[in-house]
Amino acid sequence: MSGLALFAHQFRYDQKAFWRNPASVFFTVMFPVILLLIFATVFGGQTVDVRGGIKTTAYYVPAIITLAVISATMQSLAMSLVIAREDGRLKRGRGTPMPSWVFIAGRVGNSAVVALLMLVLMAAIGRLLYGVAIPWDRLPQIVITLLIGAAAFCCLGIALTAAIPSQDAAAPIVNALLLPLYFLSGVFIPDDQLPSGVIHFADVFPIRHFFEAFFDVYDPGSIGAALQWGDLAIVAIWGVAGLLLAIRFFRWTPRGG
Amino acid sequence: MGDAVISIRGLRKSYGEFEAVRGIDLEVRAGEVFAFLGPNGAGKTTTVEILEGYRKRSGGEVEVLGEDPEHGDRGWRERIGIVLQSCRLDPYLTVRESLGLYAGYYRAPRPVDEVIELVGLEGKADSRASKLSGGQQRRLDVGMALVGDPELLFLDEPTTGFDPQARRQAWDVIAGLRDLGKTIFLTTHYMDEAQRLADRVTIIAGGEIVAAGTPEDLGDRENQPATIAFKLPAGVAAGDVPGGPEVSEGGEAMLSTTTPVASLNELTGWALARDVDLEGLEVTRPSLEDIYLELTE
Repeated sequence: MSGLALFAHQFRYDQKAFWRNPASVFFTVMFPVILLLIFATVFGGQTVDVRGGIKTTAYYVPAIITLAVISATMQSLAMSLVIAREDGRLKRGRGTPMPSWVFIAGRVGNSAVVALLMLVLMAAIGRLLYGVAIPWDRLPQIVITLLIGAAAFCCLGIALTAAIPSQDAAAPIVNALLLPLYFLSGVFIPDDQLPSGVIHFADVFPIRHFFEAFFDVYDPGSIGAALQWGDLAIVAIWGVAGLLLAIRFFRWTPRGG
Repeated sequence: MGDAVISIRGLRKSYGEFEAVRGIDLEVRAGEVFAFLGPNGAGKTTTVEILEGYRKRSGGEVEVLGEDPEHGDRGWRERIGIVLQSCRLDPYLTVRESLGLYAGYYRAPRPVDEVIELVGLEGKADSRASKLSGGQQRRLDVGMALVGDPELLFLDEPTTGFDPQARRQAWDVIAGLRDLGKTIFLTTHYMDEAQRLADRVTIIAGGEIVAAGTPEDLGDRENQPATIAFKLPAGVAAGDVPGGPEVSEGGEAMLSTTTPVASLNELTGWALARDVDLEGLEVTRPSLEDIYLELTE
């Protein structure tokens, strides 16, 4: 079988396993939807003081899409790879003729597809429930931004597995990293309400830059917004760093016994 | 006997200061079921994982299907099947799907339905792995190792922790694989498992091979001393009994002898002459279990 056929084979089964797993469906698909509904309901009729004032819903749709992309990639990959590693399934797979990269590629493919699906789902909810326009004319920029972010956060998720010693530790470690950064990066709290020191701190990390890059191409109020190469470059640098760490430290065998 | 499928000479493996495998030699021939027996921590899994290509050795020569497992390529992996000591299966895939997933990794897989039958999971083909019992999961695990139609199968402690019925079913599956002509390298710490399944048994303890042979002549059982046991008759001192048996506090006398016929004749002659009974008299050869325990102590 060619590499592509092996990938397609693995991807098909990874999709099945993903959609049958209630935890992955809830945290990756349902949770961002619930967050969007809550934020839009609670802060509904208000405006956010960015770009001369926009509706909160127009702010939260791209914000929660960035969260959903990170969740489908970094969070979902780190968790599912650690579970498979500790189950011994990665080790078992290495004992077959399948090239190792196929195992990772199937899951990365799964993450990319779910990330794109979340974009569609959230944009549709934003449009149908809250009247947030879908920026059709900037679709290429949106998809490119999303894919650069998805790739970078996949690499970071794979790298992160090296720091997770057991299945039980996976969710706490991933959440301890991501949740504070969502708050500090303006994903949960509009950045007009965040002190500048917080923003400077968040600027070190990729979540803030991915959010900024995505917001700028998504928000219909922004003027002449094109791809934010500066932000995307920082996201990509983090991704490359994650890739290098993953290549160096990723392990296939269980750590616990 | 076929050609050597596995040959090991002077294999060593150290983890830091600790020497887990201390220079072992062994050979497994095509079509045989080879049992590698030993207590926990004896070096079984280290050895089998070197053969499977998971671990690098510290010294010695190893050939599996004519290749050094450290450099086994895809073609080599097509020819071996592996059941790890502990591996949980994907809980969300059915039996058929798990086998289908693995079948796709091989160039010429065995039909999935045939494998389901071989491992006796016909009634469970569409059940998810999470709905299977421990024994059924293990049989699915064996099926996944089998679906690539390998020549050589590694089974690392396939029945550890099973209830007797699940063990019996697993044994039937493994016995069936021998009939397919597969070479099987089985590690176990159960003597009865080796006895039941293997053509040849090698016992490892403390990283060294302590015995090797067929289950029948293992440990030179025929030439081991026999034990004559009886209850010491009342009013008789142990020193008065011919052969000078060891006597426990409860009055159980034990006589170890390499010439049981002569010893028994002497003993029973003495008893008849003294007109005493030897209650509970019996003569036993060491069981395989005894030999195993003695060798691995």
